[in-house]
Amino acid sequence: MEKEILAEIDKAVRRANFSLRRDVFVLIEKAYKLEKNKKAKLALSWIIENVKIAKKKNLAICQDTGFPLGFITGGKKVKVDSALIENIKKSIELSYKRNYLRASIVSPFFRGKPGYKGVTVYLDFNPKIRGLEVVVFPKGFGSENKTKLKMFNPTISFKEIEDFIITAIREAGPQACPPFIVGVGIGGDSSYALYLAKKALVERIDKPNRDKFLASLEKRLLRRINSLNIGPMGLGGKTTALAVKIKTHPTHIAGLPVGVNISCWALRSARVKINNVKS
Amino acid sequence: MLKVETPLSLEKIAKLRKGELVYLSGIVYTARDQAHKKLVELIKRKKALPFSLKDSIVYYCGPTPSPKGEISGSCGPTTSLRMDGFVEPLLQEGLKGMIGKGGRTPKVKELIKKYKAVYFLAPSGCGALLAQKVLSKKLIAFKELGAEAIYQLEVRDFPLIVGIDSRGVGIYEDIECSNFKT
Repeated sequence: MEKEILAEIDKAVRRANFSLRRDVFVLIEKAYKLEKNKKAKLALSWIIENVKIAKKKNLAICQDTGFPLGFITGGKKVKVDSALIENIKKSIELSYKRNYLRASIVSPFFRGKPGYKGVTVYLDFNPKIRGLEVVVFPKGFGSENKTKLKMFNPTISFKEIEDFIITAIREAGPQACPPFIVGVGIGGDSSYALYLAKKALVERIDKPNRDKFLASLEKRLLRRINSLNIGPMGLGGKTTALAVKIKTHPTHIAGLPVGVNISCWALRSARVKINNVKS
Repeated sequence: MLKVETPLSLEKIAKLRKGELVYLSGIVYTARDQAHKKLVELIKRKKALPFSLKDSIVYYCGPTPSPKGEISGSCGPTTSLRMDGFVEPLLQEGLKGMIGKGGRTPKVKELIKKYKAVYFLAPSGCGALLAQKVLSKKLIAFKELGAEAIYQLEVRDFPLIVGIDSRGVGIYEDIECSNFKT
């Protein structure tokens, strides 16, 4: 079993780091075609060339191979125990090491030599699936550093939420490697709002939200963000974000948490299924 | 488009203008957060530096390990802003160029003008593309920092955009971006 987990995790780690998600790449190519600003177009052409080289040569798309996250979903009748979770974490660490991916993890205070230990996983269950699903998500920290959380009053207008998200994008600016993919979590408690914002990023970004209200909000936000004129590498143009994805959850009568988690253009994640888990 | 070779002389730097596309060839030294902290400590204690900063370029970068058969692993830029507090002592030692991504504080813009230096932007997140421009990679100092160690990279036609030129004029001045208009 350990070998099978490692083999599947290794596939996910390699795919995530070496080949950009198709949904992301399609939007980048589309942006390249539509972009009129010469410098922005040049920056997008570098991105496209970079993605092709990375895939061809099995090189990391970005040298920041991220803080490795695992989104684990247990399906029907799957028995998830601590040994299984440890196994998945260890497999991610081992796979990073053997694939020449950067060791970027250190003690928060003492720093020291970066290593691989410290992979963080989020566990969830879904009775609609079989087996175990693992999404490996290397989260680049240039964009992670721009994360925002605000606990709004429950009586505010939607416009205030929109303005908060726009401000988060303006503050992220060129440093967080635009064009961005913007994950937004609304509701729950503070940490759940941020969890949702991050979870939105591992789902497909090229499809409109199934919820009509959220779909129109995403569309409006994307339009506003793309009029900020930040653009790829901060060189201007109309490609500041590729997509905005919103997830919501019921919240408390006293509050309205809103979390924003930005991804750089190199949104990397890969999903694998591990089938023969004990049940 | 302009081809520039290291070392950076004042004459070469003076010609560069914000927004210009530059292909850089020669030697750059990688250094990010912890390496900067160490370099500045060495300078303050008047100790010998692991490489001469005179007319040199530092590249804010922590490359991935080089896979078998590759000269360099992925080696794109990291956020420059985090290094801003360390810039002046390095400029005093003769540093002339910085390569990174994103804006800088107004203070760094002033320093660039004062010391007649230049700040380049490298293609963000394009580490695999940039690795193809590396001719050699050598560990120079602070091995204990892993990816944050100082590496000497010999590069050919490294594609860069002038972010802040020696007049202290920055490319992001026209862009609507609330935090750092550099």
